[in-house]
Amino acid sequence: MTAEGALLIAGGISWTVIVTLCAFGLGAALGVPICAMHVSRSRVLHGLAVVLIVILRSVPPIVWIFLLYFGIGSGWLSIGPVPAAIVALGVITAANMAEIYRGALKSIHPGQWDASHALGLSAWSEFKDVMVPQLFRVTLPSATTYLIGLLKDSAIASTIGVMEITYLAGYLASKQFGAALQIFAFAGALYILISLPLAAVARVADARLRAKVAQ
Amino acid sequence: MNGTFAFWAESLPALLSGMVVSLQVTAAVLVIGIPLGLVAALLVQSTVRPLRWLTLAVVEIGRGAPALILLQLAYYGLPSSGLQLSSMGSAIAALSWTTCAYTSEIIRAGLQAVPRGQSEAAMTLGLSRLDALRYVIVPQGMRVAAPALLGFAILMLQASSLCFAIALPELLSRAQLIGTTSFRYMEILLLAALLYAAICIPASLLVAAIERRLGQHAA
Repeated sequence: MTAEGALLIAGGISWTVIVTLCAFGLGAALGVPICAMHVSRSRVLHGLAVVLIVILRSVPPIVWIFLLYFGIGSGWLSIGPVPAAIVALGVITAANMAEIYRGALKSIHPGQWDASHALGLSAWSEFKDVMVPQLFRVTLPSATTYLIGLLKDSAIASTIGVMEITYLAGYLASKQFGAALQIFAFAGALYILISLPLAAVARVADARLRAKVAQ
Repeated sequence: MNGTFAFWAESLPALLSGMVVSLQVTAAVLVIGIPLGLVAALLVQSTVRPLRWLTLAVVEIGRGAPALILLQLAYYGLPSSGLQLSSMGSAIAALSWTTCAYTSEIIRAGLQAVPRGQSEAAMTLGLSRLDALRYVIVPQGMRVAAPALLGFAILMLQASSLCFAIALPELLSRAQLIGTTSFRYMEILLLAALLYAAICIPASLLVAAIERRLGQHAA
């Protein structure tokens, strides 16, 4: 593989990062209402959230992407490959983030709710000043693990023609068949290289947040 | 709506035979990958440094690189180094690597959950290190790891859909093929999604039940 080839594949980093971050943002946001529905007292809302989460997690991501891109895109609504990949990965992320949020909610000691009541905090202040900082700390490690997993899942966007790392590697390998091994090894190494700083930042942030509350 | 059901009935045999291929790949990958994962989990703790580093590299690459890249590496890349694998062979090789890497972490956590007293007791009883692992530590650690391993098995069935990219005639490939010839993408992909869900939903419920069961005993 030539230096030009390496540059060509590295050019895919931008789409890989864009798809990953947008899908994560979408999922992190949509996960909040799904989690709220799940812990709601209304049986209907709770049931709806459970069904939604189970369905989203039981069908492989690549099938969701195809459903959106080829299924909906073939008749109902024209959708480009990048939005299709972001929306498909985003809704799957939403289901998983909802479960991560729910696990974090469980970890908050019930005394915290009682204490904020006793202090006469408003519901908003209770949420913003008491719950969110704790939830953030508890959620951070699992959310980062998920984000790194999502980075690798974003490779399937290549199957619908998003010009990210895997797509460009496949394109180059079809031109230089003899170098396919190096090309895909290089592409794989890029994913590992991108996830290293992510993991490092998360570790540092987690340690700092922990140190803040350590007794 | 009638048209859809007739179309589904007509395409179902092709999708079901694709599903058999998906299940075969998954089964092969688990049978090969999980024992390798156990070996990797033990070797990562080895005191022989080169061995430890080599295992760590295998595990970290298997977890760090997307499965889709590993599949294409095996299918398109290996022939250039003189090793020609069929799409089934490449699928099993690549996904076994992924399985080995992920399950080694699950199993390592399981082994670490075995109380220290157990290995001390084994030593006191005069068991050799190998016997202590074989009869005392590994059986207990694997029991702890079992629910997570089952959960991973479900993920692997889903990951088998990636073999679409290397022309393995599994469930998604069959659906896609029917889609390109009939142009009824939405309907055929929905049926494929339903078939995946039909396996994965009961399987996840079963895993959750097993987890609760085992949790009761631990408590």
